[in-house]
Amino acid sequence: MNPEAIKDLVIKMADDELILGHRNSEWTGLGPVMEEDIAFSSMAQDKIGHAWALYQVLHEQLNGTDPDRFAFLRKENEYRCSQFVEMPNGSYDFSLMRHFLFDHAETVRYESLAASAFEPLKTLALKIRGELKYHTLHANAWVLQLSQAGEESHARMQQALNEAIGLALGIFEPSEHWEDELISGQIYPGEVALRQRWEERILPVLTQAGLSLPDLGRVEPIYGGRKGYHTVHLLPLLNEMSEVYKLDTEASW
Amino acid sequence: MYGAGYIFDEPNRKPLPEQQDDPEKLAVFEARIARGEKIEPGDWMPAEYRRQLIRLIEQHAHSEIIGALPEGTWITRAPGFKRKLALIAKVQDEIGHGQLLYNAAETLGKSRETMINDLLSGKSKYSNVFNYPAKTWADVAVIGFLIDAAAIVNQVANSKGSYGPYCRALERICYEESFHLKQGHDAFIELATGTPAQRTMLQDALNRWWQPIMHFFGPPDKASSHSEKLMQWKVKMASNDDMRNQFLDMYVPKIWELGLTLPDPALKKNEETKKWEYTDPDWNEFFKVINGGGPCNEERLQVRKWAEENGRWVRKALMQPGDKKAFPVA
Repeated sequence: MNPEAIKDLVIKMADDELILGHRNSEWTGLGPVMEEDIAFSSMAQDKIGHAWALYQVLHEQLNGTDPDRFAFLRKENEYRCSQFVEMPNGSYDFSLMRHFLFDHAETVRYESLAASAFEPLKTLALKIRGELKYHTLHANAWVLQLSQAGEESHARMQQALNEAIGLALGIFEPSEHWEDELISGQIYPGEVALRQRWEERILPVLTQAGLSLPDLGRVEPIYGGRKGYHTVHLLPLLNEMSEVYKLDTEASW
Repeated sequence: MYGAGYIFDEPNRKPLPEQQDDPEKLAVFEARIARGEKIEPGDWMPAEYRRQLIRLIEQHAHSEIIGALPEGTWITRAPGFKRKLALIAKVQDEIGHGQLLYNAAETLGKSRETMINDLLSGKSKYSNVFNYPAKTWADVAVIGFLIDAAAIVNQVANSKGSYGPYCRALERICYEESFHLKQGHDAFIELATGTPAQRTMLQDALNRWWQPIMHFFGPPDKASSHSEKLMQWKVKMASNDDMRNQFLDMYVPKIWELGLTLPDPALKKNEETKKWEYTDPDWNEFFKVINGGGPCNEERLQVRKWAEENGRWVRKALMQPGDKKAFPVA
């Protein structure tokens, strides 16, 4: 198997986890109720932990650089995260909807990777899959609750879904060069198949919540992140993230 | 963190008249405490005991959630995965402690919502130490090591107090705090043994935090009123000076061992009395900060207000009558 193809897959997954973990961690101390504060911090730890584990796979199995250096020192256009995860937290409605849409996408991805022909990813996926169960349980519970709790709350959740959906489809931006090779090499089933499975997961929950999912055939997916094109929100995030580390990149912190 | 030794009370407040407490019941109550029994929520208790405990636990709870803010702003800037994960976990624990403590205070009859409103209006206080800024990464190490250490001294003492729900919350909190202390100590050592720039950064942070740390346990015993009854009722378990001395005894040698200095030339242990001697910190500054004049009082409350206002629709929605289903705790 071409290691460049696997690297492409691992980097985009890891970058998504790192950046969304960063966004989730911004809720620490600011949640609408203390219980949600704790939940978002907890999910931030999981996501950043997943990113770390993936960068370690890259470092140890694919001849990559040290995880800290790789995560903290790249140029903005070398990150391969989707634009969805870069977006600021906004109000709790957008953050919750992003959590719901992203974590279901993450779940179908790791479920499929549990059968990957690339052993290190397979091992990792088996572990992460178990954690994600609680994330989607949490997301479903809150989406169902808030969508059915009065006019304002329902309207906010519908609005958040409308705003998030095109960005969420951006998660499934296919690899520019390696998609076919990754599929035929049984590394993963490919973005088209993952998107299909994701739609099957989210639709019943949204229906039960009384929210209407826009016609996905007509929503323009917001691509670009996987090629290094990012929104204006990523650079300030990266500068903040590496502020201390860059004081001395050779020192131990 | 973060129960401080000093619990703010309204100045010149008269204690509730004692005659409203049935003397027989009071005698039974005090005898139970003297025997080392725990008082539980449904038990009879003097009105002043209830008031003091609410004040104590509520301020402790506020200190946890406000205390999450100075360190919380460094989560996104923590250098490297190891520090980042440890810091999120730590700050998350502090919020969890807040939750446990609000629950404990609620058993005494004051709702979480009322307590939060009193925090936002300035009626209810929190530990003074969080009204100072965490300027650099080294401040995070100093807070994580020394402020947590100071809080542990206080909380271990309080966990042996008389009110059951508070003691049980504190036992769990102290258990988690011991991990926080390790986390802070580890980050502290890393800087202390690091590059010259890292050491300078740490020394500067230590100099900045020394006075707030000395303030942490509250004014000297000689200046403190009404603590005798609180000690008898096992609401207050150790005097401010005793706790400060215990802290200095445990941690000053650890700081000096690393070749760092503390900004008080008079600081030394008197080998005869076994007590630490130090320059009295500026207590006027302490009271000024408590009363809203510190560098970050306004900012801390504004952040909390932002969270309260922006989250109001969520709390309102959770209270919505006629929900189709009960909220499952995931």
